[in-house]
Amino acid sequence: MAEGAEIAIIGAGPAGLAAAEVLARAGRRVVVLEREAEAGGIPRHCAHSPYGLREFARPMLGPAYARALVARARAAGAEIRTATTVSAIRPGPEVEITSDAEGVGRIAPRLVLIATGARETSRAGRLIGGTKPGGVMNTGALQGLLHLNHRRPFARPVIVGSELVAFSALLSCLGAGMRPVAMIEAGTRPTARWPAALLPRALGVPVLLGTEIVAIEGGARVSGVVLRRGGDEWRLDADGVVLSGRFRPEAALIAPAHLVRDPATGGPEIDEFGRCSDPAFFAAGNVLRGIETAGACWAEGRGIAQAMLRALAGGLPAGPGGRIALGPGLGWVVPQRIAGGAAPALPVLQLRAAGALRGRLALGAGAREIAGRSLAALPERRLILPLPPAALADGAEVRLGPEG
Amino acid sequence: MHPADPLPQGDLDALVIGAGVVGCAIARRLALEGARVAILERGADILDGASKGNSAILHTGFDAPTGSLELACIRAGHAEYLEIRERLGLPLDRAGALVIAWTEAEAAALPALMAQARANGVGDIEPLDAADLRAAEPALSHRAVAGFRVPGESLIDPWSAPLAYLAQALAHGATLARGTEVTGGAFDGARWRIETPRGALRARRVVNAAGLHGDRVDRLLLGEAGFAIRPRKGQFVVFDKPAAALARHILLPVPNEITKGVVVCRTVWGNLLVGPTAEEQTDRDRADLVPATLAALAARGAEILPALGGHAVTASYAGLRPATERKDYVITTAAGGSYLSVGGIRSTGLSAALGIAAHVAGLCGAPGAWAAPAELRWPRVANLAEGAPRDWQAPGHGGIVCHCEQVTRREILGALDGPLGAQSLAGLKRRTRATMGRCQGFYCTAAIARLTEGRLAQPMVGADG
Ligand SMILES: Cc1cc2nc3c(=O)[nH]c(=O)nc-3n(C[C@H](O)[C@H](O)[C@H](O)COP(=O)(O)OP(=O)(O)OC[C@H]3O[C@@H](n4cnc5c(N)ncnc54)[C@H](O)[C@@H]3O)c2cc1C
Ligand SMILES: Cc1cc2nc3c(=O)[nH]c(=O)nc-3n(C[C@H](O)[C@H](O)[C@H](O)COP(=O)(O)OP(=O)(O)OC[C@H]3O[C@@H](n4cnc5c(N)ncnc54)[C@H](O)[C@@H]3O)c2cc1C
Repeated sequence: MAEGAEIAIIGAGPAGLAAAEVLARAGRRVVVLEREAEAGGIPRHCAHSPYGLREFARPMLGPAYARALVARARAAGAEIRTATTVSAIRPGPEVEITSDAEGVGRIAPRLVLIATGARETSRAGRLIGGTKPGGVMNTGALQGLLHLNHRRPFARPVIVGSELVAFSALLSCLGAGMRPVAMIEAGTRPTARWPAALLPRALGVPVLLGTEIVAIEGGARVSGVVLRRGGDEWRLDADGVVLSGRFRPEAALIAPAHLVRDPATGGPEIDEFGRCSDPAFFAAGNVLRGIETAGACWAEGRGIAQAMLRALAGGLPAGPGGRIALGPGLGWVVPQRIAGGAAPALPVLQLRAAGALRGRLALGAGAREIAGRSLAALPERRLILPLPPAALADGAEVRLGPEG
Repeated sequence: MHPADPLPQGDLDALVIGAGVVGCAIARRLALEGARVAILERGADILDGASKGNSAILHTGFDAPTGSLELACIRAGHAEYLEIRERLGLPLDRAGALVIAWTEAEAAALPALMAQARANGVGDIEPLDAADLRAAEPALSHRAVAGFRVPGESLIDPWSAPLAYLAQALAHGATLARGTEVTGGAFDGARWRIETPRGALRARRVVNAAGLHGDRVDRLLLGEAGFAIRPRKGQFVVFDKPAAALARHILLPVPNEITKGVVVCRTVWGNLLVGPTAEEQTDRDRADLVPATLAALAARGAEILPALGGHAVTASYAGLRPATERKDYVITTAAGGSYLSVGGIRSTGLSAALGIAAHVAGLCGAPGAWAAPAELRWPRVANLAEGAPRDWQAPGHGGIVCHCEQVTRREILGALDGPLGAQSLAGLKRRTRATMGRCQGFYCTAAIARLTEGRLAQPMVGADG
């Protein structure tokens, strides 16, 4: 069946499943390739969170939400192949897969959607010192142990980070009877917005701001952590460490492939239709830039699926469009290119700033301002600008200037 | 709980203390000579001492002290590895090394190094000027002044090699007892009685291959030690697979007195590593990672290969070299030749292990000391290296469990099985690479906890609570 598919979708998370539903409903033969034994993506193991408001108009737990998305995509006629890993993508397009039954196989669809999601930065990526005891993990691993295995890896962990996902880790711990000893954030305020930021205090878990984790101690298991604030270093007893947030696109397929990768996001470079540098490939969801809510990824998947339908009918403007440059202080922009044309799949420019921002954020070409707004924003907060109305030539730049 | 390895019974011809790469190679050689061998390891699994973290280079010995025992063992060990590796399923990446001078002063040291290489029997070296270096290594910083190529320096899998040596030893009747620490013993003029908390064993010969604890074991059994271990730590950072394309060769600096210096090289698994440092310490078991050092290593890597600056560090580790106050290996006999101490195998043991083993067998009177089997068995170990077929490419693998390193369910179950099955998560990682990739367990922790539940002597956190 997969062999005859017109569209292959890599990853059965909210973005991939949303796209599968749209494409299948439009009568296209769609196969979704998912490496896990169960489809649904990250929500499969988020057993507490408010999912589904936008998609199903009611708050749902992650696993129920994942099942509902899978059911919808199947009902629309999409084939979902689980325990099937995409091991390479090539021009053609060609998708190489591996599964128990086949070993290595190949699919040659007309279009491919990459919706492989994002993962948190590991201990090594954060250059944390000390020894290597068991009990150091990301939120993703913690929730897998709790909700897929029903196991409690520790009792008194520290949680590192204060993005939304850190609060997800906190709730998971408390829900499973673990008592985090502290939340640690290197910045001077929590990254997540109110009201999540008030949660730990309400639950009696201290939040240590301006504090870094220097070392992890322990033999077979964590026995404590060494923390630093300013010039002070001290040790805190703990039996586990949850390293939360700092999501990076799961772009392992893209790095060795022919597609252009944006070093700033770590994901593929796309235009406002979600189209990659090879126009037979599209991308949607967290693989574009790290974490967004499931609802946002779902909406992105739907929008980009519409653009793929247009591409099949020859209705998209020719690419690649101009590349948007980034001025000082700005971390990344998505989409990176603007091809111009009606009904873009991504309605706005999403941006992130490296540090705190105050001033006027503007997209300009030479002296001309195409779009702009005044803002005062904290690091890691979401920033948006309207999409330019027409194709950009190379040389357009988003920059941050003084107010005025 | 996984049952403990049974304690070897009866009269042994040889008892090897320590299942590092050196002990594994010695157990193999003695078993192939026909000896009745047992190997005792105090750790929950093998390779948990000095052998757990190294640069994975199969050295030629080009820079070893001329005339040393170390050089002889490296040459013999390297040659035997090439001879046996295909039959055991062991990988070899003939990357070759470039020794690179970054200053005029370092360049001035090159002729002497090249003369030493030739004197050491490594005759195929080629001098390179700055332009040659750039042609040989396109991503190399243009600040490199001069250097030379050592074609024979190669990359191997530092864990599949000792695992294969031990597997072949077991295939010839050797026994392994993990979780079994030697705590004392005595020689009665004919036999050694070796004490462990699990019981005593009797053997005609004892080989001390206790690595970082070698001098302690000597003192336990002989009352004195001929050397003193001075652990020397080496920290590394590992970059993700896309970075591996930046280095065609093993990039070596001009060595100094204490260390071979910071190396940049690929691994056979397709990553890129930068390290090691050389830091003296007293602790023999604990190798701490230091954030500032890791950052400095990453920065040094980007000085050597500027494009590395755009790549992310995906893993870090530290190993301890069993260095001593001496420069050479310290391989000695005592108690009328019934006791052999193999000490101070500090920074070349992976390359030299098979050579050391042949030397030790010679000291035991082999060949001819025992009745060697007429035909040898060659058990093959699983291949984890890129470039050779991997398990995920063949049907029936049960699905991929560790996505970053493409480790299958079949590989994990295989690594948990049999007398050499993994007994700790660390041991499972070394046999399969599970969780060692870029996500460091984000995706696969829960699945691996399920697969290992009740099967490890030292359970994985999250598979036990
Ligand atoms: C702990 C946590 C709590 C969260 N809580 C909330 C919340 O309360 N509300 C909310 O709205 N959002 C929440 N989110 C965010 C939300 O879950 C994600 O943004 C959303 O799941 C992203 O969807 P996606 O489809 O882009 O990626 P994912 O959900 O990550 O799905 C990607 C899929 O691709 C598969 N895949 C990857 N590579 C391959 C390959 N090579 N071959 C085959 N398959 C592959 C993966 O297995 C995965 O199933 C949370 C996230 C986390 C981590
Ligand atoms: C940073 C670094 C980089 C290196 N790079 C390279 C390289 O690129 N190429 C190369 O060839 N070499 C390299 N080496 C050197 C190589 O790793 C070592 O020479 C080798 O691992 C030493 O092995 P061993 O078996 O002697 O010691 P170990 O691995 O320490 O083995 C000794 C074993 O004995 C056990 N033991 C100790 N006491 C007892 C007891 N009382 N009872 C029972 N068991 C006991 C220990 O648990 C241990 O498992 C490097 C080393 C380091 C640290």
